[in-house]
Amino acid sequence: MAVSVSSERDTVASPVQRAFREALYAGAISLGLFILFIGLKTDQNISNQLILAQRWGLLITVVVLTMLGRFFYIAYGQPFMANQKIADVATGLLPASVASRFFQLPAFIVAVVLAVILVAFSSALPALVGPDLAGYLQFLRALAVIYALACVIFYFRAFIHANFTKLGIAALVLYPILVVVVLSVYAWSIMGGLQGSLKWVDNYGIQILIYVMLAWGLNIVVGLAGLLDLGYVAFYAVGAYAYALLGSHYGLSFWILLPAAGAMAAFWGVLLGFPVLRLRGDYLAIVTLAFGEIIRLVLINWRDVTNGSAGVSGIPKVTFFGLMTFNSSDPNYIGKVLDIAQSSAYYKIFLYYLILALALLTAFVTTRLRRMPVGRAWEALREDEIACRSLGINTTTTKLTAFATGAMFGGFAGAFFAARQGFVSPESFVFLESAIILAIVVLGGMGSLVGIAVAALVMIGGTEALRELDFLKSIFGKDFTPELYRMLLFGMAMVIVMLWKPRGFVGSREPTAFLRERKAVSSSFTKEGHG
Amino acid sequence: MSANSMKDAILQVEHLSMKFGGLVAIGDLSFQAKRGEITALIGPNGAGKTTVFNCITGFYKPSEGMITLNGADGSSFLLERLPNHEIPARAKVARTFQNIRLFSGMTLLENLLVAQHNKLMKASGYTILGLFGIGGYRRASAESVELAKHWLEKADLVDRADDPAGDLPYGAQRRLEIARAMCTGPELLCLDEPAAGLNPKESAALNSLLMDIKSSTSILLIEHDMSVVMQISDHVVVLEYGRKISDGSPQSVRTDPRVIAAYLGVDDEEVETVLTEVGDEDVIEQLDIGPDSAHGPGTSSSYLAGPVSDTIGHSEGERVTVSKGASKAAQFDARVSAAPRKPTERATAKPAGKSPTSKPRGGRK
Amino acid sequence: MQYFVQQLINGLTLGSIYGLIAIGYTMVYGIIGMINFAHGDIFMVGAFAALVVFLILGSLFYSVPVVLALLIMMIVAMLLTSLYNWTIEKVAYRPLRGSFRLAPLITAIGMSIALSNFIQVTQGPRNKPIPPMVSKVYDIYGISVSLKQIIIVIVTALLLALFWYLVNRTSLGRAQRACEQDRKMAALLGVDVDRTISITFIMGAALAAVAGTLFLMYYGVIAFSDGFVPGVKAFTAAVLGGIGSLPGAVLGGLLIGFIESMWSAYFSIDYKDVAAFSILAIVLIFLPSGILGRPEVEKV
Repeated sequence: MAVSVSSERDTVASPVQRAFREALYAGAISLGLFILFIGLKTDQNISNQLILAQRWGLLITVVVLTMLGRFFYIAYGQPFMANQKIADVATGLLPASVASRFFQLPAFIVAVVLAVILVAFSSALPALVGPDLAGYLQFLRALAVIYALACVIFYFRAFIHANFTKLGIAALVLYPILVVVVLSVYAWSIMGGLQGSLKWVDNYGIQILIYVMLAWGLNIVVGLAGLLDLGYVAFYAVGAYAYALLGSHYGLSFWILLPAAGAMAAFWGVLLGFPVLRLRGDYLAIVTLAFGEIIRLVLINWRDVTNGSAGVSGIPKVTFFGLMTFNSSDPNYIGKVLDIAQSSAYYKIFLYYLILALALLTAFVTTRLRRMPVGRAWEALREDEIACRSLGINTTTTKLTAFATGAMFGGFAGAFFAARQGFVSPESFVFLESAIILAIVVLGGMGSLVGIAVAALVMIGGTEALRELDFLKSIFGKDFTPELYRMLLFGMAMVIVMLWKPRGFVGSREPTAFLRERKAVSSSFTKEGHG
Repeated sequence: MSANSMKDAILQVEHLSMKFGGLVAIGDLSFQAKRGEITALIGPNGAGKTTVFNCITGFYKPSEGMITLNGADGSSFLLERLPNHEIPARAKVARTFQNIRLFSGMTLLENLLVAQHNKLMKASGYTILGLFGIGGYRRASAESVELAKHWLEKADLVDRADDPAGDLPYGAQRRLEIARAMCTGPELLCLDEPAAGLNPKESAALNSLLMDIKSSTSILLIEHDMSVVMQISDHVVVLEYGRKISDGSPQSVRTDPRVIAAYLGVDDEEVETVLTEVGDEDVIEQLDIGPDSAHGPGTSSSYLAGPVSDTIGHSEGERVTVSKGASKAAQFDARVSAAPRKPTERATAKPAGKSPTSKPRGGRK
Repeated sequence: MQYFVQQLINGLTLGSIYGLIAIGYTMVYGIIGMINFAHGDIFMVGAFAALVVFLILGSLFYSVPVVLALLIMMIVAMLLTSLYNWTIEKVAYRPLRGSFRLAPLITAIGMSIALSNFIQVTQGPRNKPIPPMVSKVYDIYGISVSLKQIIIVIVTALLLALFWYLVNRTSLGRAQRACEQDRKMAALLGVDVDRTISITFIMGAALAAVAGTLFLMYYGVIAFSDGFVPGVKAFTAAVLGGIGSLPGAVLGGLLIGFIESMWSAYFSIDYKDVAAFSILAIVLIFLPSGILGRPEVEKV
């Protein structure tokens, strides 16, 4: 985030002196920025009139914190980063010199012991130390677990780096099982474990995987073909409403409607693509944005069909390939068929594997297509459209296939989303969603499936994790709602990550064919398309 | 034009004109390129050579005229009627660009595979069969790699096959672009200044590559480097201000006084005296008009730029009205007809004469 | 006929606000070629600044003349919003200049999310209604024209004149146009490019702040999420008029305003935004660079 206002002039001044001055600047600017909005708050009084509440203490705190942050950043952070060359070009992770100092065996042991002790006594903690402190300890426990895991990953980093894809898929496949097992042991009952796994499988697993799939779908359009699409969520909406409406009105099965939803979304992709694909760059961007908004507005206003803003509810659940259902009142209920206890966790775990399969299908098709002429043509289109035409490539159909393929995966994800929620409304398909998906694609590194998955994990998982910070209430008082800060932090994280790695987590590009050896192509050569 | 020559002409350009607004970039140009030969298109900056290329390869739709390509199998195509991308695909005309256009983020091999797109699309059953591994895509893919390898070897780039194209030095990029064009399996290869910016060694390597290609493919070449043109071309067409001023073997063109005048120029005062003798006052007025208005259509985006005013007459015998610095060959013609002197002597005696100063027109970058 | 003229006036009012915001988009696009997605939220911040100033004035003085109050609101909003846009440019866009084209787009989207949520966190998520500042309505041949509308149109016209003067008649404007044509060359000729770009952001923000103040005065209510829709509309207006062209932005703003008010009046108010976006798509299909945009010549 550093922008040295006057770095050249200050070559003589020591970092501390410079930091002092920069901190004063930062303080002045933050005072200006925040005086009206943090110093004062507009509130409604009893007679519903706006009045101003004063919060000068908070303002001073924020300004001082900004100054301190700036001071330490310039005085210590910047020289440290300059020394360490902190952004490792190849991996984008911490360089070994820093990491090995950070991950050390004694610390690892302490973390493990701490985690084990805290887990063992977790039920007794609130009684022992009071609820406030217990909240902190829970947070501490989470930190210890994360640190221990990071240590393990760091220790095996070479192995993980070499087999990332396989390990990643294995981890994803095993994830719900692991969660259930760990939580069952923890709660000392399988039912408890299943119940406890709901949050982990649903809020984290399924949620992140939906975004992974959407981002992989958009990656075809933006990352490979280089066409900037700001209205991707429209295809998501088409898929969701296709399943919601056809499923609830005609009772068609998910397994019929899933391909139908994909086909419909692809059809809309072509329909939109046909007139607009001769637009270039930002004109294409705004028309796709407009298209996304048009779809959303039609969904809101075409009340006869879509039920307007109230949305469609009662969307049927997915069946287990028509063999079993997940409705406990049904004669075919999975619990009755398999003779196991009733739990809503089965459906969530099933949905998890379903979205995992869909996401992996997207990844598989994408990698496959990249090695086919059409995929190469997409990338060539991103690199140079005129050269493509000089080689006899029909750029219009090539763009349309990219649009349609990306839209199709959006449609699949949409149908899944509708089935998972059991309810869809236009609220879910706002521009912000398109923006988040696009941000994941760009943050991950355009074209890189692994990078995009990591970006989705970090951004979506990170914001979900912010819901867990309830213990902060004990610091900032009962009125404090950490949830409110979720999107604020999300937006700031987008900016910071982008500044840190403008080319995304994985900047290099895997070639699709090789003669002697496969060498990754540095991002400094790849282009980003003009369409 | 005899029936015989029609037969072995691979490319026939007839009465081609290209106008950008009021600007005539090419005026009534006719020439032909013979099969199995290297035809060079030369001329001073702004003569409209690249515009001719863009018309042939479908990037521009010509205002008038006909461009016929006669395939080896007896088929023939009217290029001005084909959509842009079908010219390489169906008529088998490949081209390179003056400012190199490679897929810089893709490896050399990938660049050459993209060039075989249409062939591979068919082999993969338009993706659908290939996606499921049905059909001959695997074999076609291996064959395409072989072809790519063949051309990489010819271009002496096989060692760098797995490097990104953007990483190559300039001369290698030029060769790669030619190799990529050749991977489309063309019958006619159009090269836009392939030797520009090359050092003598690279230039020699290029010459041998072109001679190699010539054995299988006809070449149409734009070039400024006269050593390349004179060494390898079989036939030379000289353009100036969108008009053909000479056409023939390299030797005959070299000695053509009109070509010399176009390249080396003639003295302005001298032209003026000559023109006064002829009594062509319009031309003299034009000569007095200020700086050359040299905006091509691509560069006149500023609202400060005035209207494009210079027009170039193109019909034979018509009066030529152009601004200062315009057709030296035409001035030469006028002078010759006005006062029959020994032209070659004059022109060569004044090598310091003004060369045409106008900028490239016709959408060059 | 009266009804039509009435709608024309409504459209003009709305279009003026869109036009003011659209200029910010188009200037930034013209000079650094990026879509400043945070601009809609800059507009919202401007409106909030005006709101807070309005409340301060209300609590400090018993009564303030409306014109004076508006003027103070506008000036404070302009200053504060300029500071925001200046900081954002410096922090989020400048380090990415000359890098990957999509990177600043993403930071802009991030800034947009951060700004609206910052206001939500600090000022609360509810709508903020204010008592009507100006309520006078004139009746001219059966057409009601409110004083608010007159103020909006006059302020917009004045600002546009001033702005036109700045861009076309001052050295600052010349520097801006130079940077727009060729940033590197301008730097070589001694134009301080960084400063020029900063000033461009400040000017855009100031106009957006005025638009925000006028919006608050006209509708009498603002919420943290109100930046998005006017932002997108203004962006649409900028593209419709031909992005990069200043008269285009104003023309586009007015057009979008007219389309919206006419569509609401004669067809359906629900679909007014659909109409605006559809017309954008249709115009772009026939005029790929907008109405007054420079046609992009494909260079081969």
